Amino acid sequence: MKTLLVSFLSGFIFSVGLIISGMANPSIVKGFLDISGEWNFSLAFVMGGAVAFNYFSFKYILKRGPLLSPSHLIPNRRDIDKNLILGSLIFGIGWGLLGICPGPGLVNLSLMTEEVFIFMASVLIGMFLYKKLKLSESK
Amino acid sequence: MNNVFLPLIGGILIGISSSLILLAIGRITGISGILSGVLNPRSQGDFWKFSFLAGLISGGFTLKFLFPEFFNYSLGAGRSFYTIMLAGLFVGFGTRLGGGCTSGHGVCGIPRRSPRSIVATSVFFLTAILTVAIERILLEGL
Repeated sequence: MKTLLVSFLSGFIFSVGLIISGMANPSIVKGFLDISGEWNFSLAFVMGGAVAFNYFSFKYILKRGPLLSPSHLIPNRRDIDKNLILGSLIFGIGWGLLGICPGPGLVNLSLMTEEVFIFMASVLIGMFLYKKLKLSESK
Repeated sequence: MNNVFLPLIGGILIGISSSLILLAIGRITGISGILSGVLNPRSQGDFWKFSFLAGLISGGFTLKFLFPEFFNYSLGAGRSFYTIMLAGLFVGFGTRLGGGCTSGHGVCGIPRRSPRSIVATSVFFLTAILTVAIERILLEGL
């Protein structure tokens, strides 16, 4: 079905983007995050390119409804709560430690090394822990 | 100018990918959300995430096969098992608590001028930079 095909294609394009931009390479990412050493600014162009592209394309796309779905499902919260800050802080630490965020982690599964598997398994466990915590809090 | 050209092209491809999803199905392309949606699908509306993930991972394997020169690096080599595990746990937990990562908040949230995404992206970028700096100091001394 069209939705699944488009999603697969989009995922593929996303991974190509991550790989050729260097964002899948932890040393390039850390090179950007390491402001004291030899600063590698290429990550700024990755983010910049993506954000600039989307700034214009989203503006146009959001004016119309989705082609294959009845409606948009876009987060519309505007409040800045402590979960947002704390979560981003924790994510930032994890990202800073190895230079890998979820997308690059998944793309790097192709490396088939112990480290990748341990990392991705831990990401899943971390997500699971959050779910458990959230469930126990709502009781 | 490999430092500018390929990163820019890659960034634009990421933009194209997320714009494609928004245009086709009206959803935000946040990888952490997609991953957690695959772990806990809430409805039929989450099925696209499985497909996206398959495409993402396929892309990795395909490019590794066709252009292995792009993969001249290692992930976490020389780092202890505990560091790798901790990094993963923090990434997994933090992205859920914060509601997104570099793709969701950064690539999809900032173009929409979402205050949450602007704040989140600023926080995790600054924190990551600080983490790298502190690590350097601890390893090499001031």
